[in-house]
Amino acid sequence: MSRATIAPDRRAEVATDGGTGPRKRARPSGDGLAGYLFLSPWIIGIVLLTLGPMVTSLYLSFTDYDLFNTPTWIGLENYQRMFSDARWLRSVEVTAIYVALAVPIKLAAALAVAMLLNSKRGGQGFYRAAFYGPSLIGGSVGVAIVWKMMFSDDSVVDQLLLRFGIDTGGWAGNPDFSLMMLVLLATWQLGAPMVIFLAGLKQVPRELYEAAEVDGAGRGRRFWSITLPMISPVLFFNLLLETINAFQVFTSAYVVGGPNGQPAGSTLFYTIYLFDRGFGDYRMGYASAMAWMLLLGVGLVTVFLFRTARGWVFYSGDSGDKR
Amino acid sequence: MRQSLTRVLWHVGVLALLAVVLYPIVWVAAATFKPSETIIGSLQLLPTAPTLANYQRVFEGVVGVGVGRFFWNSAVLAVLSVVGTVASSALAAYAFARLRFRGRTVLFGIMIATLLLPFHVLIIPQYVVFQNLDLVDTYVPLLAGKFLASEAFFVFLIVQFIRQLPRELDESAKLDGAGHWTVFWHIIVPLCRPALITTAIFTFIWSWNDFFGPLIYLSTPDKYPLPLALQLFIDESTGSDFGALMAMSMLALVPVILFFLFFQRFLVEGVSTSGLKG
Repeated sequence: MSRATIAPDRRAEVATDGGTGPRKRARPSGDGLAGYLFLSPWIIGIVLLTLGPMVTSLYLSFTDYDLFNTPTWIGLENYQRMFSDARWLRSVEVTAIYVALAVPIKLAAALAVAMLLNSKRGGQGFYRAAFYGPSLIGGSVGVAIVWKMMFSDDSVVDQLLLRFGIDTGGWAGNPDFSLMMLVLLATWQLGAPMVIFLAGLKQVPRELYEAAEVDGAGRGRRFWSITLPMISPVLFFNLLLETINAFQVFTSAYVVGGPNGQPAGSTLFYTIYLFDRGFGDYRMGYASAMAWMLLLGVGLVTVFLFRTARGWVFYSGDSGDKR
Repeated sequence: MRQSLTRVLWHVGVLALLAVVLYPIVWVAAATFKPSETIIGSLQLLPTAPTLANYQRVFEGVVGVGVGRFFWNSAVLAVLSVVGTVASSALAAYAFARLRFRGRTVLFGIMIATLLLPFHVLIIPQYVVFQNLDLVDTYVPLLAGKFLASEAFFVFLIVQFIRQLPRELDESAKLDGAGHWTVFWHIIVPLCRPALITTAIFTFIWSWNDFFGPLIYLSTPDKYPLPLALQLFIDESTGSDFGALMAMSMLALVPVILFFLFFQRFLVEGVSTSGLKG
């Protein structure tokens, strides 16, 4: 195989050296076969595990299917039923509130810590790694258990708040606070966006700040007029990534609230309800329709973010070639 | 003088913030040595009378399965995931970054699109397929995707890495008669080591922490990895044995924490260059 592919390459080399003949004719097939061979695991995966399932799940979303009997076509019924399904509406609400709270709070915290660390006072490598640590374990079952324990009635957080005269009876069991507890768990994992912010902050030219200072711009002014516009591409990247991730939170919510979103449906995330419908009640058709609604929702939010990005994401001219 | 004062204050401030952030880890570590009934109800961090009883109860196992078994299962899944992901992602990345073939641009576009695809759209049909193949309650559904480069993030990461390697290296090797496999194996793979290591570490940690896949596919406790065993433990003990629960959570976290301590440079660099979520 290798022999066969070398020959055209050599001819190409000769052709370009000699300057005669169009390059394209010198290597007619490129690396065709080799390309597909190297790509074959990925191609099999994309067909069998991604595209195939996508088509199937779109079909299933128009059927009534319980995994054991053959699917029966019911048209748009699954989609229509959602809008009168109180638990579905609840799950949309919980997820929307969570995304709307967790993403901005986490990003603000990440940016704040990144700006704090972005100074030449030494130890930055250590601090950066230490703040990053929780990102690696934050989504695990172990941490979710610990989190629930820390926020349960009479535990550390409750005890601490009681000292300030605030009695919540523990956040884990209080429907008004349980979602906030998960928002805090997301915020605790600020390390990943923080590291990306830091990389962005390092690119901001120092002279800009110096010039602004000479012109009498205060801290706030410098932040709004220099830092934010200069890191806006990084901010946008983080915003996009964190938003998509926040829609899909599952493990922490499941450990804290189980398949019913305890307490009182306050942690009934969209993914939890989808799981419960699909693998708890075996309403596979309905769950498939839910999955497509999720895709639609995430897609719309993504498009919306890209649309607004034109207004506030600023790509500086001289680094344009670096993308 | 004033500068060194602000410097000290800065370090004190950052360390204080760090203490708050890392407090939960210290708290659970301390809690594993406390008797169950004293874990909740006090602000005291350190145990008054440290005990190993919690760990002892964990080693008695859950529903008759020893905790060592769960560790072994997690390790098997993680190691196979790493092997599969690194191999299949590197192969695909080489094709995307270096080879010319019909449809490459379209396929690359599809690969990028899957980066943003919520996987929930796929789970039900995938489950149906694996159920029809009688592969539910085996590790095949959990590992198949790993061997088929379905984590697009890593393919993309390695593509980006290969693209910045000088093309002259493989061109001259080809002139010397090397085929694609030789170029890939002897030139690209060794030069890509940092990207491959980053891929390996993240795959290990993600697999170690994965809960959703095992939750759907596995039903025999004997096959459970640690995260699922933890959930089982909560269900079995009805959540009252806090001490053992904390000890078992801690045991599940320790390998990841060790991984982090050893490889933090690769991890942090990986995130800052590619935006891996961690």
